[in-house]
Amino acid sequence: MDEHQRRDYWRRNLRLMAVLLVIWALVSFGAGILFVEPLNEIEVAGFPLGFWFAQQGSIITFVVLIAVYVVRMDKLDAEFGIDEYEEEVHHS
Amino acid sequence: MSDIQLWTLVFVLITFSLYIFIAYRSRVSTTSGFYVAGGGIPAPANGAAIAADWMSAASFISMAGIIAFAGNGYGGSVYLMGWTGGYVLLALLLAPYLRKFGKYTIPDFVGDRYNETARLVAVVAAIVVSFVYVAGQMAGVGLVFTRFLKVDPTTGVIIGMAIVFFYAVLGGMKGITWTQVAQYTVLIIAYLIPAVAVSAKVTDVPIPQIGFGTILAELDALQTELGIPEYTAAFGSTNMLNMLLITASLMFGTAGLPHVIVRFYTAKSVRAARYSALWALFFIALLYTTAPSVAAFSKLQIIEDVNGTALSDMPSWFNTWSEVGLITQADGSAISALPSDATVGYGDILINNDIIVLASPEIGGLPAPIVGLVAAGALAAALSTASGLLLVISSAVANDVYFKKINPQATEARQLMVGRIAMAGAIVVAGYLGINPPGFVAQVVALAFGLAAASFFPILVLGIFWKNCTAMGATAGMLAGLVTTMAYMLWTIDIYGNGEGVFGILETGFGTIGMLINFAVTIIVSQFTPKPSPQMQELVEEIRYPGRTELVAKHAQGDVH
Repeated sequence: MDEHQRRDYWRRNLRLMAVLLVIWALVSFGAGILFVEPLNEIEVAGFPLGFWFAQQGSIITFVVLIAVYVVRMDKLDAEFGIDEYEEEVHHS
Repeated sequence: MSDIQLWTLVFVLITFSLYIFIAYRSRVSTTSGFYVAGGGIPAPANGAAIAADWMSAASFISMAGIIAFAGNGYGGSVYLMGWTGGYVLLALLLAPYLRKFGKYTIPDFVGDRYNETARLVAVVAAIVVSFVYVAGQMAGVGLVFTRFLKVDPTTGVIIGMAIVFFYAVLGGMKGITWTQVAQYTVLIIAYLIPAVAVSAKVTDVPIPQIGFGTILAELDALQTELGIPEYTAAFGSTNMLNMLLITASLMFGTAGLPHVIVRFYTAKSVRAARYSALWALFFIALLYTTAPSVAAFSKLQIIEDVNGTALSDMPSWFNTWSEVGLITQADGSAISALPSDATVGYGDILINNDIIVLASPEIGGLPAPIVGLVAAGALAAALSTASGLLLVISSAVANDVYFKKINPQATEARQLMVGRIAMAGAIVVAGYLGINPPGFVAQVVALAFGLAAASFFPILVLGIFWKNCTAMGATAGMLAGLVTTMAYMLWTIDIYGNGEGVFGILETGFGTIGMLINFAVTIIVSQFTPKPSPQMQELVEEIRYPGRTELVAKHAQGDVH
């Protein structure tokens, strides 16, 4: 990678991170705590929605967020020709 | 011997033999094998090991009970969101970069990236946090042995110590990792089977995550009747500010705990580190989405069974657990002090959080083998976490103190021996703390997250993402975060004073404030202190890109300072 490609790789990595972290905060601090009361007015399969986000929805979303991250990073790595993973050095 | 004892014994013997067999198969003879399993663990296995390492006696035994009884029901969500949300931070902000940096321990990263003073602070923090934790695990082992096999807690703890001693001293991280994979399997099966069975029995929906929705309305109504805020009511037990702060403190603390972070060094590559985080959270989520359902079903069953029932008509689980003093009158005095024809209301008794999961098969009326399986699962949870923590302690002593400070010329064989001796010593201390737990352990475990959030998280993230973060900045930040958080905790915690705190912030949530202080101090001090060397700045730049690079290779040889 030359200097320009490196900057590009890092910028795209940061952008992906920012988007995922915003969603991370929205489902937990947002839906699970800050907006829990209005959301509780809605009921789905017996669950008040805010309560559901606090005890189920946020956790499920977290797993999906990391899944999206690893897949997108794989694609990004491939695009920039990074494939020497197995040769990474380890430790002194 | 009762059926339950017999089955417990069968499951404990089977699982313990399995652990010993695995440990024997994965003996190690190198420091790299001892500290990080040679960095050669495939991602799904590493994920399962992280999950077992992470889910302690507290997650397995106590969490459902805390959700059900410590607050109204919704209040326990802080643990569910906090202890899983931290993995998103780990996966996105720390795991890939720390793996690329390629060292053995957190103090190693702190020492290399910053300086020796910072390394020392990190070593002390890592050892303190780990010992506090491990004492809780050993006490959990004692609890299970006492209740299910009727041996005294001391014998239970000693048996647990012997098992951990065998596989941790022999196999180091390699033995621990593969044993943890087996322990995860045991604990998740033990958690899911009773949950699925109870959900299917009560609601006809065999998926507990969905099933418990159908009983929430009933539970809300029952709690209103008993004069407790509704089960699902927002802020029924904790206000919004504290819900936010405690959740954040647990999340950032999770991302700063040394025994979790070190696991990403065991991954094969940066890519494998990312996948390890994904697998880990997936495996953890299986238990964490089930726990709230166990909490709801147990609470409903308990209220229905106990409220307004005469003591002589109580179900058998009520009697077994009140005999060991884990169900008492509301003021803490023994149930047996009441006349046997007395009728108790739900508000008259106090049910210990720790028995909900252990008693859930009995409460749900499930057969004895399942009760035995749950006991084996609880032991798996406690032992797997204990071994991971012990490894952090022994590697901190052997690598960060002995090899880096005392004897840098030590041969590999000698380092390995020091590692094994440190491990053995740590096990003995942990066992002692498990048998004679200091009165404040339970509180301190919860506070450990706040301390980890306030000390480690900011300087790790800034060390990776900000090239100009300086050694003095990080040291000052770490100390500022640690000192303010500790001071606030000592000021407010019950045993020291019962202070009301500032703005009603609970001590468990103050870690978030400490973390913000740490960030602020690190950034400000970094502006006025000498920048890191150009070579270090280049190295920090390097770890942003996966794949092999010259500079990181040189750093791994110890040529970059």
